[in-house]
Amino acid sequence: MSTDAAPAIRLAGVSRHFGEVKALDQIDLEIADGEFFSMLGPSGSGKTTCLRLIAGFDRPTAGRVFILGVDVTTLPPYEREVNTVFQDYALFPHMTVGENVAYGLMIKKVPKAEREKRVAEMLDLVQLPLMAQRKPAQLSGGQRQRVALARALINHPRVLLLDEPLGALDLKLRQAMQIELKAIQQRVGITFIYVTHDQEEALTMSDRLAVFNLGHIEQIGSPAEVYEHPATPFAAGFVGVSNLVRGAVAQAITGSPETFSIRPEKIHFAEPAQAVEADSLSVNGRIRDVVYLGMHTRYLVELDGGSDLTVVQQNLHTTSMDVLAAKGRAVKLVWKREHMRHIEQG
Amino acid sequence: MTATTSAKPPLSRRISTYLYQRPRLILLLLLAPPLIWLGVVYLGSLFALMIQSFFRLDSFTGQVVPDLTLQNYAQLFSEAHLGIMARTTIMAAVVTLFSIILAFPLAYFMARYASPRAKSWLYLLVLIPLWSSYLVRVFAWKLILAKEGVFTWFLNLLGLGGALDRVLAIPGIGGTSLSVSNLGMFIVFVYVWLPYMILPIQASLERVPRSLLEASADLGARPSHTFRTVILPLAMPGIVAGSIFTFSLTLGDFVVPYVIGDSSPFVGLAVYAYQGTSGNIPLAAALTVFPMIVMIIYLAVARKFGAFEAL
Repeated sequence: MSTDAAPAIRLAGVSRHFGEVKALDQIDLEIADGEFFSMLGPSGSGKTTCLRLIAGFDRPTAGRVFILGVDVTTLPPYEREVNTVFQDYALFPHMTVGENVAYGLMIKKVPKAEREKRVAEMLDLVQLPLMAQRKPAQLSGGQRQRVALARALINHPRVLLLDEPLGALDLKLRQAMQIELKAIQQRVGITFIYVTHDQEEALTMSDRLAVFNLGHIEQIGSPAEVYEHPATPFAAGFVGVSNLVRGAVAQAITGSPETFSIRPEKIHFAEPAQAVEADSLSVNGRIRDVVYLGMHTRYLVELDGGSDLTVVQQNLHTTSMDVLAAKGRAVKLVWKREHMRHIEQG
Repeated sequence: MTATTSAKPPLSRRISTYLYQRPRLILLLLLAPPLIWLGVVYLGSLFALMIQSFFRLDSFTGQVVPDLTLQNYAQLFSEAHLGIMARTTIMAAVVTLFSIILAFPLAYFMARYASPRAKSWLYLLVLIPLWSSYLVRVFAWKLILAKEGVFTWFLNLLGLGGALDRVLAIPGIGGTSLSVSNLGMFIVFVYVWLPYMILPIQASLERVPRSLLEASADLGARPSHTFRTVILPLAMPGIVAGSIFTFSLTLGDFVVPYVIGDSSPFVGLAVYAYQGTSGNIPLAAALTVFPMIVMIIYLAVARKFGAFEAL
């Protein structure tokens, strides 16, 4: 039975193998009620497979799936209290926007008057009033996305599953929708499970996120935790840009061959001969490449002991002329010990 | 001296450039042959047919007289002609309905479940019958359905010979044997037109993304509900396209009624008889207009019920 203490979603030892291919392997995961949870990973990492197992479009080859404490592993999608926003929106092309949004209520045989009232409310919520009579083909990508959201939310699901819903939108619209989605989630107060390959999206919206790679979870944590304390080299590389320093180079800098990571924005330039403070580490190198990005500049620095480090500096007082002239210059890279992380090698 | 080698580009390149800058000209060049073909051959012959249907036959000389008259159409309302048209329309409707029922599951399997390899085999199996002459296949069915034929032999083997006899005893459906009955004709019609039903339905189902079915299930619809509200409406253009084939081909066919039938006349047979033996081309033409009217009514009804909304 469902209890208030039960997590919205619990996966226990869930695997999905396609023949030899392990799309998901032994996943254990708990997602709390009301949480905005992101599944982040590259394509083929298993995040979408995981979402499909929760929705019921696919069944695990091993393990159990629980929704609000109820074992739903063998239940078909139409008997699960979740709704999905699809990557391609999957709007019914032969129905109007209003009919699309009302679809779930039609199935539950909600009376017409109440249906129309709730459709109007929903279209208001997603800022598409007066669109009920249009066909999906007459809408823009961003509008279709909102209709898909309204069609799912109108059923008051306990958990909303979103499969890369912003993937097809342009950057400006995507950023606006990120904020809007988060606002809607807080307004309706239900669990959102959000699949994305865009780390910025995951960091912006999530309460917690899971980093997927090759069918398993590399790390689960809040955006700040995953960004600042990446648990594995993969997590460090996938969430944000990170420099990984290994072996002899690491030994030369820290005195230990343990691999460590340091974020590009935490590194500062200094004169090669300059002394560094006790709480900092440093290494000498030469700027090999400069990429001017407007708000900031990315430098590729070749270390004297081999290996490269990426450094990002904001262009607070520098112009493009200044930064491009830096190419080939010998520099000292300095960062505080507290900003680097030792990482276990996977 | 300055070496001015003003070599002209080759002719083919100049033509390409000329055409590239005039997209409307290319369109005209490409569309002219099919438009002339359609305009002259298709519409021209149709027009000739319509005109003929308003001429009359001089019963004394046997010559067609080009006086405009409605007497051919008036003749269509005779009891004999109404019977022919009703019989043909009912046969076409039943053949179409049954073709849809038979074709849909196969088309659905091909579109949704078959592997690419299995799909190409199924295409082949559906299309192979069309490689041989339709006349030959109809005669083959005559032998299959004959009293001493394979079909009756097989039913007797299953101990169903008595059941067949009882079915053949039903007036209007049966006859002395399957090969000279309306039931036999129905079987052969469904056989010869089935590919024309399978292919358009399959094509329309192919265009329904899987995510639409998942979305329907996700929103709480059981498979039967998804079938009614999502799959069927989206397959409708294909079903209508297929039934235009089966319906109009059955309406106009004279080979199957001639070879298989119990010699009760069908529209195609009557047209054949009027223009051939009696040389009454105007009446034959008027009778040919009937299937066209039926098709127009059918399409109007299909449109009213939203069959083309998913196009």
